Amino acid sequence: MGRIRTGSPEQGGNLNSSAIKLSSVKKNFGQTEIIKGVSLDIVKGERHAIIGPNGAGKSTLFNLISGRFPLTEGTIELGGEDITNLDPELINRKGLARSFQITNIFPKMSVYENVRCAVLWSLGYKYSFWKRVSGLVDASERTAEIVELIGLKDRHERLAGVLTYAEQRALEIGVTIAGGANVILLDEPTAGMSLSERNDAVELVRKVTEGKTLVMVEHDMSVVFGLADRITVLVYGQVIATGKPSEIEENRAVQEAYLGTEQQ
Amino acid sequence: MMNFTKNNVGWVVLVVVFLVLPHVFTQSFALSLMTQMGIAIIFALSYNMLLGQVGLLSFGHAVYYGLGAFFTAHLINWIAAGVIWFPITLVPIFGGLCGMFFGFIFGIVTTRRPGTPFAMISLGIAEMVAASALMFTAFFGGEAGIDTNRTAGGAMLGISYGPQIQVYYLVVAWCIVSIVGMYAITRTPLGRMANAVRDNPERAKFVGYNPTRVRWMTMTLAGFFAGLAGSLYIINYEIVTFETLGILESGRVVLMAFIGGIGHFWGPIIGAVLVTFLQSALSNYTEAWLLYFGLLFLVIIMFSPGGIAGLIAKHDPVMKAGLLKRLLPSYMIVSATGAVMLLGFISIIEMIYHVESAISGNDPMALFGVMINPSTLNPWLVILLMFAVGTALFVKATRRVGQVWDELGPDLQSKGVI
Repeated sequence: MGRIRTGSPEQGGNLNSSAIKLSSVKKNFGQTEIIKGVSLDIVKGERHAIIGPNGAGKSTLFNLISGRFPLTEGTIELGGEDITNLDPELINRKGLARSFQITNIFPKMSVYENVRCAVLWSLGYKYSFWKRVSGLVDASERTAEIVELIGLKDRHERLAGVLTYAEQRALEIGVTIAGGANVILLDEPTAGMSLSERNDAVELVRKVTEGKTLVMVEHDMSVVFGLADRITVLVYGQVIATGKPSEIEENRAVQEAYLGTEQQ
Repeated sequence: MMNFTKNNVGWVVLVVVFLVLPHVFTQSFALSLMTQMGIAIIFALSYNMLLGQVGLLSFGHAVYYGLGAFFTAHLINWIAAGVIWFPITLVPIFGGLCGMFFGFIFGIVTTRRPGTPFAMISLGIAEMVAASALMFTAFFGGEAGIDTNRTAGGAMLGISYGPQIQVYYLVVAWCIVSIVGMYAITRTPLGRMANAVRDNPERAKFVGYNPTRVRWMTMTLAGFFAGLAGSLYIINYEIVTFETLGILESGRVVLMAFIGGIGHFWGPIIGAVLVTFLQSALSNYTEAWLLYFGLLFLVIIMFSPGGIAGLIAKHDPVMKAGLLKRLLPSYMIVSATGAVMLLGFISIIEMIYHVESAISGNDPMALFGVMINPSTLNPWLVILLMFAVGTALFVKATRRVGQVWDELGPDLQSKGVI
């Protein structure tokens, strides 16, 4: 047990090194407690995976961090700044972006338009109704860059709704990272993919999160152990362990609760 | 680049059509009809900023149109009374600002909840404003409304707005400005995000945008163009009553947008022209025009949800592939059989309507130029047969059209146009 650290990151107690900090976060849906007091420290620049059985509250945790749901109790900080219960768009503007487990893009717009919508705010265009969007050179360049990065350059005129599943997942990631957020939350980026698609997706995730903080929910253990610097195990709304992949693998509580069945 | 050039040609054609029309249709009836069409185009496009662009189904858009008209009426009366000086040519800007103001105010309440709540609240506001119009008679003039005199400002550069043709060109000028303006707005960050919010408001939040704010701003801008159309209305008619901001007028713009097609920018232009034409022209020929009008709406919603514009756009890939000629034979058969069916249907309605009428019920009547006597059996047999045979053939013909489309599919794909 001694090798597992819950909460404080091993990089030290420097306040500035924390990208996301959850303190005693609780969330109830009606009478049901879904998140039962989670404290978690995500270090700047790390790739952090959250794993756990179905219904553990992983996606709910993402929804709380990104402002989709209000918290019942506790606080969340982003880079030392309190973002508890802020609206999602305000949290996004502070540099946190997320993807969704169920693909959540703009289906009736082209791939290019999807990405462009995601870059506009970060470049300061806000609600402008007097600037021609096609004349915004920086937005066009950034959009083209992202579209190429996610491998959809040939398909950029296609409506997002008619792409293949794997392409939509790539676009989902593209829309998430387009705004240049420093903290990125990916909810099951490889779910439902074939092996080769999954390898591409992992490469994409690695590439687009270079130099950023990544938190991801993922079921595929090969992806998790291949990508993550640290892992948090969430079971029934509680963190039972946080640590390096090797530490998690050896942790008895984790094995009993979750990993054991899958690792054999 | 292709698109850009194509669009520019489109704009030039539009301007030329506007300028040439009064020289082609010189009757005063045609001139006033075309003036109404111009106003309707602005109104319908402004409505589609809400419905088509940001996905807000409003049942109360005439509120901004009507309020623009009322405020402008008072402004023109002030000009007439010499209280202030303001050129009539620029009065629509004032009407637009009034519409914008109310779009802004009512938008605070309505844009928080899209979907059914928005539609219901818009209906509520429409009823509320219409009721106020009858209560506050000093401003709205009660049932008589407010009348005004557009020539009040006197002539400027020889333009007095006395002759209808001058009003027509005023409407055309503002119509072009509005079309270009509203089109340009769809190409701005706000316009693009309006589409994003329409498609997926939730995701819009996670790329930094507040969907409520996007809807609210779009509604404020839509209010501007509705108010502008309203002030052209008062300049054209020189009278405005509470009906102009009422439910019927709000319903009319919904019809225009849907019939023309809400999925394309230019759809409502087609709808505005067609609905205005049907309203004026059809009502001259038959008392049952509202029934036919309702039928047209029904048919379009059921068989072409994208409206007329959607129907046209559907043929774009076929045109590009040069395969339109393969559709033509089946289309001609559909048109012919459809015409027989329609003729039968209209005859039935007209004859029932004629017989029902107490004054002329037993007299002979003219139907499409043919004198018939509806009190005898033969005409009934003929039209019923016509309707039955026409319908049967029409249904068969539409199936054939479906087949041809199915056959076209692989060819369109191999040519890479879809």
